[in-house]
Amino acid sequence: MLELIDISKTFNPGTVNEKKALDHVSLKMKEGDFATIIGSNGAGKSTMFNAICGTFYVDEGAIILDGKDITYEKEHRRSKYIGHLFQDPMKGTAPHMSIEENLALAYLRASNAKGRIFSRISKKEKEMFREKLSLLDMGLEDRMKNPVGLLSGGQRQALTLLMATVVTPKILLLDEHTAALDPGTAEKVLNLTKTIVKERNITCLMITHNMQSALELGNRTLMMDSGSIILDIQGKERETMTVDDILEKFKEGVGKRFDNDRILLSNAEK
Amino acid sequence: MLSSVFTVSLAQSAIELGCIYGLVALALFVSFSLLNIADLSTDGCFTLGCAVCAIVTLNGHPILGLFAAMAAGIASGYVTAFLQTRLGIQSILAGIIVNTGLYTINIAVMGFASNVNLFASDTVFKKAEALFDSNWTDLFVILVIVVIVALVLAWFLGTRLGLSIRATGDNPFMIRASSVSPVFTITVGLCVANAMTGLSGGLLAQYQKSCDINIGTGQVTIALASLIIGETLVGRGKVMKRIFGVILGSCLYRFIVAIALRFNVPAECLKLVSSVIVAVAIALPYLKQQAAFMKTKRAALRKRKQGGGIHAGID
Repeated sequence: MLELIDISKTFNPGTVNEKKALDHVSLKMKEGDFATIIGSNGAGKSTMFNAICGTFYVDEGAIILDGKDITYEKEHRRSKYIGHLFQDPMKGTAPHMSIEENLALAYLRASNAKGRIFSRISKKEKEMFREKLSLLDMGLEDRMKNPVGLLSGGQRQALTLLMATVVTPKILLLDEHTAALDPGTAEKVLNLTKTIVKERNITCLMITHNMQSALELGNRTLMMDSGSIILDIQGKERETMTVDDILEKFKEGVGKRFDNDRILLSNAEK
Repeated sequence: MLSSVFTVSLAQSAIELGCIYGLVALALFVSFSLLNIADLSTDGCFTLGCAVCAIVTLNGHPILGLFAAMAAGIASGYVTAFLQTRLGIQSILAGIIVNTGLYTINIAVMGFASNVNLFASDTVFKKAEALFDSNWTDLFVILVIVVIVALVLAWFLGTRLGLSIRATGDNPFMIRASSVSPVFTITVGLCVANAMTGLSGGLLAQYQKSCDINIGTGQVTIALASLIIGETLVGRGKVMKRIFGVILGSCLYRFIVAIALRFNVPAECLKLVSSVIVAVAIALPYLKQQAAFMKTKRAALRKRKQGGGIHAGID
């Protein structure tokens, strides 16, 4: 479904702030794969998501989605088939527009491929929104005319999830989308994510800092560090892995880098 | 006393002018309230619409004149949008630049004269009078046009493109990550807004049977005041309700000005009166909020004093 072939990105090249954010990353996701991604801050997790979304173009390598090369496709064109959720619940919805209008926007943008910019939402579609909202079990189906700004962070995030999947995306990118919510709401949104992804067999990548859910959710776990994927576990190996094991691996990965740094420094001293 | 202030003819002309200028307020509703862009080219664009319509009307095509005014507005809006989306000029600056440039263009359109008069020309109002002659013909014509514009605008804002335009102003981050290009939505939004500004200018040219190079001066302030009066009165509900509120705000503004004139305010003071009305209209919601807070605060302090205890360590 999604294939990253040897992609690299360096920010501010040639300056003191030069940062190699992605370092020859390759990844192949099969249809219906659900991978969790862990890694420390600055490891390149979000950068990888932004590369897939087209927030910037990669320096080298290729991004293939569903057999199509999208490496140089514009961001707003890709977003037709990519769902992207952020940590900040305020980012994904328009606060002064009603729940219904937000859903309509998400639905219209993804469903009509081209040309129909004057299309409107029909009664039947409104009914469909209502049904989908009732699945959230947050009482939002009775507040469809209310502006989204009145909703709580958890409700907004659940709505954003619904908007991202109202038309099934080819890939869903979840960037710590429950990190800003209280534990109870976070669990609810996470369960919702699980159900939707499973029901519709959506290919999904999820960044998380929660090692437990990193192992429990999905069928694959990736670990990133310094712009590379340093660990990719699935199947039997993943089933038997515990949080302690993964923390150990994490230290190993990070430790290796420290060792390298030390070698570099000692070389410099000589 | 009151009956001498509120005459029917005063109300009638206030509504007529209110509806004509209400189109500019609607334009700002799109650019300022929805797109969150302060479009300062409004003054120049209004005069452009007025001048273009006056010239076309002078040549015997009053109905075509209104469409030409809209087309001129769209062109002006496109240039403003082009400057900010393609050349990276800040929106306020883009508006000022276009506004300045339009002065020359407007003079040129009027044949390098500072005014044009249409007393002898056929206008849409004269055409309507030929069909049914009454005191209310002008008002009727204006209302028909404004209602059509309002309905089309409400319909448009419910379409995919309209929703995208609204989302662009509401959450730029979201629109960047959705499948519509913000460059496109801003351009279309400004074109739609300026089409209404142009139409407003065109209607005024035929209504007043003249066009003057300075007719647009201060338009943006007045339209903003109307917009804010309207939004304060009806609040932020459904789109149709908000559109109605904007027109209502514009009519109300004209009422206030008409009443001020009734009280023998000299004509040269009118601009000052206008800006005072505008300042009051914009400050009112804030002052109301402050007053409510002071009231709550005083009540809370009083309660604290009566109850004692809480402020033990405070005084």
